Amino acid sequence: THTHWILFMFLLTLQRVAPGGEAGVWPMPRKMSEGSERYALHPQGFSFRYGRDSSAQLGCSVLDAAFRRYFALCFPENTVETDRLSVSAGHGELTANTVWGALRGESHFRDLIIRLSRNLFLKIEDFPRFQYRGILLDTSRHFLPVRTILKTLDVMAYNKFNVLHWHVVDDPSFPYQSQSFPDLSNKGAFHPQSHVYTQADIRKMVSHARLRGIRIIPEFDSPGHTQSWGKGQPGLLTPCYKGLHPSGTFGPVNPTLSTNYNFMGRLLKEVSTLFPDPYIHLGGDEVDFSCWKSNPDVRMFMKKMGFGTDYGKLGSLYFKNMMNIIETLNKTSVVWQDVFDYHSSPKSLDVVEVWKAGCYMCEVRRVTAAGVRVILASPWYLDQPGPTHEWSRFYTVRPLAFTGTEHQKRLLIGGEVCLWGEYVDGTNLAPLLWPRASAAAERLWSDEAQTSSVSQAYPRLAAFRCKLLRRGVQAQPLFVGHCKHEYEDL
Amino acid sequence: TRCLTLKICDCKARYRSRFGSLWPLPQNVVISPVAFMLRSSSFQIVHSAESSAGPGCSILQSAFRRYFEYMFGYTKNQGGNTKKGQDSEVTELQVWITSADSECDAYPSVTSDESYELTVDQPTAVLKAAKVWGALRGLETFSQLVYEDQYGAKKINKTDVQDFPRFAHRGLLLDSSRHFLPVKVILANLEAMAMNKYNVFHWHIVDDNSFPYESTVFPDLSRKGAYHPYTHIYTPTDVKMVIEFARMRGIRVISEFDTPGHTQSWGKGQMDLLTSCYSGENPTGSFGPVNPILNSTYDFMAKFFKEVSLVFPDTYIHLGGDEVDFTCWKSNPDIQAFMQEHGFDKDFKKLESYYIQKLLDIVGSTKKGYMIWQEVFDNGVKLKPDTIIHVWKGNEEQYSKELAAVTAAGFHALLSSPWYLNRISYGQDWTVAYKADPHDFNGTDAQKKLVIGGEACLWGEYVDATNLTPRLWPRASAVAERLWSNQNVTDVGDAYNRLTQHRCRMVARGIPAEPLFVGYCDQEYKGL
Repeated sequence: THTHWILFMFLLTLQRVAPGGEAGVWPMPRKMSEGSERYALHPQGFSFRYGRDSSAQLGCSVLDAAFRRYFALCFPENTVETDRLSVSAGHGELTANTVWGALRGESHFRDLIIRLSRNLFLKIEDFPRFQYRGILLDTSRHFLPVRTILKTLDVMAYNKFNVLHWHVVDDPSFPYQSQSFPDLSNKGAFHPQSHVYTQADIRKMVSHARLRGIRIIPEFDSPGHTQSWGKGQPGLLTPCYKGLHPSGTFGPVNPTLSTNYNFMGRLLKEVSTLFPDPYIHLGGDEVDFSCWKSNPDVRMFMKKMGFGTDYGKLGSLYFKNMMNIIETLNKTSVVWQDVFDYHSSPKSLDVVEVWKAGCYMCEVRRVTAAGVRVILASPWYLDQPGPTHEWSRFYTVRPLAFTGTEHQKRLLIGGEVCLWGEYVDGTNLAPLLWPRASAAAERLWSDEAQTSSVSQAYPRLAAFRCKLLRRGVQAQPLFVGHCKHEYEDL
Repeated sequence: TRCLTLKICDCKARYRSRFGSLWPLPQNVVISPVAFMLRSSSFQIVHSAESSAGPGCSILQSAFRRYFEYMFGYTKNQGGNTKKGQDSEVTELQVWITSADSECDAYPSVTSDESYELTVDQPTAVLKAAKVWGALRGLETFSQLVYEDQYGAKKINKTDVQDFPRFAHRGLLLDSSRHFLPVKVILANLEAMAMNKYNVFHWHIVDDNSFPYESTVFPDLSRKGAYHPYTHIYTPTDVKMVIEFARMRGIRVISEFDTPGHTQSWGKGQMDLLTSCYSGENPTGSFGPVNPILNSTYDFMAKFFKEVSLVFPDTYIHLGGDEVDFTCWKSNPDIQAFMQEHGFDKDFKKLESYYIQKLLDIVGSTKKGYMIWQEVFDNGVKLKPDTIIHVWKGNEEQYSKELAAVTAAGFHALLSSPWYLNRISYGQDWTVAYKADPHDFNGTDAQKKLVIGGEACLWGEYVDATNLTPRLWPRASAVAERLWSNQNVTDVGDAYNRLTQHRCRMVARGIPAEPLFVGYCDQEYKGL
């Protein structure tokens, strides 16, 4: 009778559902076919199981955790007890090459269960268009509580984002608590106790991300954007000069001192053990050469090296040394496009992130023509607010619309939504990111031909947004309207 | 990345304002460097013996508890063990309502006296006000004077404040029709309003998109017009709760039932209320503004506004009257005939005037005053002398011309044009809101006196509970200071300094006010 009662409840609240439409499946899978049969789904009779021929079985931490998580998301009114289920009539099958694929498939499965839906799609085949689908968070302009970051990782998983690019330190503050150099955060954080990320915090985040199939790529941006580093590491930054005397202010990292490379080596060694991802982002953007120019020791060094007045060469030397460090750590370095633009041998770079406005596709063309991989960020600067209806400008981006060979196009490994922190912290991060970042998520995952219509995407995105609300995500509205379950918190 | 051009001061809050974190800045305040201690274990807010209000005054009882919570409730250190006898201690804040009628059980109005005097000394601080409304404002100020020293102990300096608002009408508009706003969110924002000395909640409760107001006389209005007849409505109890919650904070609730335009949702539950639009000889199936030629319309309005006038105790109702699109009226043959009969010819402004006139008479007979959007004035409708015209259109040049015209005609005016907070942009746009002044127009002193204040508006097309609070605060705080403080308080750098601290205080009190710029709060926002 309990099962009958639940079935009755299902029937009572039937909704008319368009295929994938109001079900709010997002991002759009490659292939999705719907049958006319309907299956009821109820918590007593449903379970996620490992297939008999699956190489992953019970004990696979990623999928064990995911089964539990997605069961709760599918049946939000029920408490999670994964093991008390019996097999009901019929079962669905989820096949994937790796656990990461299985995770994505599960989130599709969950998408299809609209609370009490009566439809079950028969077959979905899916794979992402781009391998790198990232979000950049900035924890220097404002400190973001660990909780906020973990919650963001959850929502990223719902959107099939798979990289968190963590811009952890910058000019205003240094919240990364280093074991080798504790003064960096002791002197450089907004507050040495409350506004720092401990090693334990970081391990927790890395693990939380991994269970959701998300990589965390740390960025330690230098030689510019390093004001906060100088507080705890004297001698690191270049003293700027006014005429013959130091002005009292400091500029980018001093690239002429070997002590600085020793320091960087040790710091990055520590970072590379804490963050298991093969990529480390070295930054390199917006280096103001004027402080270097003003400093007599730096000028002397330039003369010695025969660089003339080309400070781009000095920057290149800095990056050559930095990338050597990364290489010895067996990692791959990512840099902002500025480095490519002033570098004397740009082909030596591994991965370049294109961020500047204007003809960013021109830059993508140039970088890929040099045989270097690209991550595209320019069209996805979400720190720029705007009425949410402007989500379409994130959706209509065409990442491969540049002139190039097949090989070049393959060098564009993906893209990234950037949420710079000047005006963002825990109070407003979630509504700023969601659902606008979802538009980018679909652009990076789905087939462009199938997802080129903004008007067709709108109802699906609106439904997906309501789904996010149901899950407690503070996703802002696209336009006038309502969701069955409104957000009730602050 | 992307270098920022800082629009204002270099925003390094390294120097402290000599006014601490006070917001809005009181009319007169002197903070001395002498510091006193405050300890939660021994501090009390009490009614003074001479006060006309006592423990029976629920507004004050409730406020005493609320402000005690704000001052001591969310801190880690209670500062209990600091050397006794070294620092003098303030053990009591006495609240003294000086007027015989404290107005404790009354509703606030545009003439309410919100002035107060605050003397912080040891062992007793005294807050004197003619009415409870002034006491509420003074309590907020007192709570803003409290700070923590380097040991985490609570301190307050010897201070003298004489304060009163520059404008009597300091309002905030929320739109619960474009998106339903759960009651919880409305209450939280009323709480935030009190922290900023706002005193009017302009509730734009219904509009085209949905009709969430549950009417007892016409239940079909919400049954058919709300986004959902059970989950997306305001029941009479909900409305009472909002009104009382606001009253306890000295905030008036002015409802807006906007007609004849902006009424699509009304037509769902009230047949024949809206005008049938025509294409040639045939109705198209769509509807336009309220039909002004039918007796049934005015019958309905009379009954409906009778209910509204009883449900909402404030003296004023906002009747809307904005953006009336004449095309549907033009297309309707009955209306065309009516126009001829009445000699309006082709001037639909005359028809609009006809409607508004009759509506104003209906509302006037409920003994309420009314506020209307500026179009009604612009279109030459005949208005009662105590009508308040709400100026919302145009850039600075345009709204200042409008203010001049409205006040020259002898009407009271409210300004909203520069304060449409639903319009967002990148960077510190609070400074733009801060600089706008309701007296920036060419007029006599008598005219300027007719400007009773202003309202910050947060229209709801892109706003609901997920993003309302960070979008409103602290930008609405900028408007709050413009409406409360002296006209000469214009230093943006000093304001930045105080406002960043005030913002952190709101965050500590549970309001997710977004950051002004790069920086941090000792207590970052706990929720998500």
